[in-house]
Amino acid sequence: MTNAIKLKAQDVKVFYQKYQALYDINMDIQENRVTALIGPSGCGKSTFLRTINRLNELIEGTAIKGQIYLDGKPIYDKDVNVVALRKRVGMVFQKPSVFPMSIYENVAYGPRIHGIQQKSQLDDIVERSLKLANLWGEVSDRLNSPAVRMSGGQQQRLIIARVLAVEPEVILMDEPASALDPISTSKLEELISQLKEHYTIVIVTHNMQQAARVSDYTGFFLNGYLVEFNRTEELFVNPRDKRTEDYITGRFG
Amino acid sequence: MNKQITTQIPNSSPLSISSNSSDRGIIKNGSAKINKEALIEKILALCAGISILAIILITLFIFVRGLPLIFDIGLGDFLFKMEWNPTKDVFGILPMAFGSLGVTFAALLWAVPVGIIAAVFLAEIAPPQVAGIIRNMVELLAGIPSVVYGFFGLIVIVPFIRNFLGGNGLSVLAGAIVLGIMILPTIISISRDSIAAVPQEYKEGSLALGATHYQTIGRVIIPAARSGIITSIILGMGRAIGETMAVVMVTGNSTIIPTSILSPVRTMTSTIVLEMGYASGDHQTALFAIGMILFIFIVALNLVVNLAVKAGKLNGRG
Amino acid sequence: MGAANTKERILNILFWLSALLIVGILIAIIGYVAVKGVSAISWDFIFQAPSRAGKEGGISTTIVGTLYLTLVALVMAVPLGVGTAIYLEEYAEHQSRFAYLVNLTSETLAGIPSIIFGLFGFVFFVIFLNLGWSILSGGMTLAIMVLPTIIRTSQESISSVPVEYRENSLALGASKLQTIRKIIIPSAMPGIITGVILATGRAVGETAAVILTAGSSLGMPILLSDPARTMSVHLYMLAMEGISMERAFGTAFLIIILVIIINYLANLSLRRLSHSLR
Repeated sequence: MTNAIKLKAQDVKVFYQKYQALYDINMDIQENRVTALIGPSGCGKSTFLRTINRLNELIEGTAIKGQIYLDGKPIYDKDVNVVALRKRVGMVFQKPSVFPMSIYENVAYGPRIHGIQQKSQLDDIVERSLKLANLWGEVSDRLNSPAVRMSGGQQQRLIIARVLAVEPEVILMDEPASALDPISTSKLEELISQLKEHYTIVIVTHNMQQAARVSDYTGFFLNGYLVEFNRTEELFVNPRDKRTEDYITGRFG
Repeated sequence: MNKQITTQIPNSSPLSISSNSSDRGIIKNGSAKINKEALIEKILALCAGISILAIILITLFIFVRGLPLIFDIGLGDFLFKMEWNPTKDVFGILPMAFGSLGVTFAALLWAVPVGIIAAVFLAEIAPPQVAGIIRNMVELLAGIPSVVYGFFGLIVIVPFIRNFLGGNGLSVLAGAIVLGIMILPTIISISRDSIAAVPQEYKEGSLALGATHYQTIGRVIIPAARSGIITSIILGMGRAIGETMAVVMVTGNSTIIPTSILSPVRTMTSTIVLEMGYASGDHQTALFAIGMILFIFIVALNLVVNLAVKAGKLNGRG
Repeated sequence: MGAANTKERILNILFWLSALLIVGILIAIIGYVAVKGVSAISWDFIFQAPSRAGKEGGISTTIVGTLYLTLVALVMAVPLGVGTAIYLEEYAEHQSRFAYLVNLTSETLAGIPSIIFGLFGFVFFVIFLNLGWSILSGGMTLAIMVLPTIIRTSQESISSVPVEYRENSLALGASKLQTIRKIIIPSAMPGIITGVILATGRAVGETAAVILTAGSSLGMPILLSDPARTMSVHLYMLAMEGISMERAFGTAFLIIILVIIINYLANLSLRRLSHSLR
């Protein structure tokens, strides 16, 4: 059963100065599904992920052509407010980088930024977000302690709570488990499966088993091209392109 | 094991942080916020521009104030005339230029070897705790104001020279000692950093060939740190030439070219600070002219060092 | 083998001697001034104003002069310096000509000797802007002198804030300004404060520039337009004119104590504050 298209990439190309990192990417990302992007290092999957929340623009000399539509509306447009975009499209990075503040303050950062000042409101948001991230039980008694003292796995879930606190519709994850131990990783994957009920998730991973476990759709990138995109079972069991097959069976990458 | 999410996330919950309209579009509304950001950026750029403004103003005013005299009596005369006698309208700075260079050179003569040795010590020989303590002491030395050095020189070094070596005590030697102490921290810190930055591989490669630690230091490490060490010397030289208070307190300030290191001497900086209090008209202009010469010399020196360092970094050398 | 060994042993002694020399110099200067100066210190010395050109009385007006002048300098230099650092690190494109010029002129300013600043301050603030010998003239001159220090340390501090903090903040929908205010500046604070402390140290010890811009009047400075004498200038006067060696030692001793405290605070700030954020 297919859902509505939440994000649509159309002929997206990305240039870093003279170097072209992405060639004509076309992709439909469905609402409330997990879409995984796989491929060898440097193939462009992270670059593509960052076009969705326009984080690529931070790097000097980046040029983007083509268009991406969120709920049918283009996000690369001079009328678009990037800050509002990033409220709707959140991102979790590979290295859990908690701010040097307390757990509470980390989660409250986003809401505060967007204008919520009342403590009671913030308290509710923090609790709700931590619960959604499966972290509340572990930290509810020490919300004011520094976030840096948490374990890696907890920090990554805190990052997710932080993102959830701004109530996005889409959550982008860039290799979220690569810095975690196996137990934390499986907790994270469990969380992802729960979250997709209410959020659209796009996850970049170099771990194919993870992609197979967690995602509904998978896109295989190679050298800046989207080689194949299909339902996860199809792609892994019946890859249409030989390059996909080679990658999956481990002949390279 | 399946966990159930117990909380629902309705689209327009009372806790929702989206703006009141249910259409969570992303179109820009109100340019006020963007203008505020642009304004802040302009203000910050203005702050940054102050440095440029300062240099322009300093150059402008010093030159405007000092050039007229040079035009009046000619650059050659100004630089090379042997006599400085403001009351008679005679402005030759050769003796004091000689004084500045002489004291500086004498200071470098002892401070550079000692400084490099100390730098090597700190980077290569000393156990970490000792190195840490000594480096803190060097930092402390760097923080002592020049007037305190001058005072110490006046009270301790000058009488010492007078009693044990002869002459008045107020001398080139006193200036060289005090100035040397003052530039030691500069030479030590910068050289030490340079030596410490030499890649471990060079050191290990040399030791692996059977060289001793000392041989490695002399033949591999110091040559590799050469550019940093030279930088430190040039910077030290710049500091020494520009130093005023310490020098004026211990060198005696006589306007004759010194005949030995025990003779008193006057530097360009001393002249300025001593005579500005009462100088007027041409005399004051002459003092600015001295300042101008100093300014050109030191800025040129620093520019050369800065550009060389940047060029060195571009070439890939530490 | 034996000859090489002796040579190396001599070198070893030389190395340790150089360290000993540094220790010796430091102890000699601080020790001598302390020993001779401590006897001059008393409540009167600190709180009484100088009289008879400093031959009698205390040095209260010079202490106030030093603090007042330093404060004025910092009030101007810190916002300008931190603002410059923020602009260079967060807004300017790294290859822009403007950023290059700012860096170059800032480094050039750092190398200009104080006597030149004194001359400039005199002709620009005292004469041209008609501010006279005053706290304002001296303070603004000092501000330009310490500006490079603050810019450099603030820049280093801001650039060492992890890139991830910025990314994460922006990804949450924060604007650049919000990110700077709420994440970057707080994280860079230890380095910025250290820079301010270092700048204070430089301002406190400055003499040549101060003499030519703030004057050397012994009165108590109250208004910004009042002239002032700092402790450093006072020490110079007392010593050069032989007015009072006892008070000179006392003044020198106080200056050294101030420098030691500032040095200690700078070390402390860098270590302690960065620890609490880790």
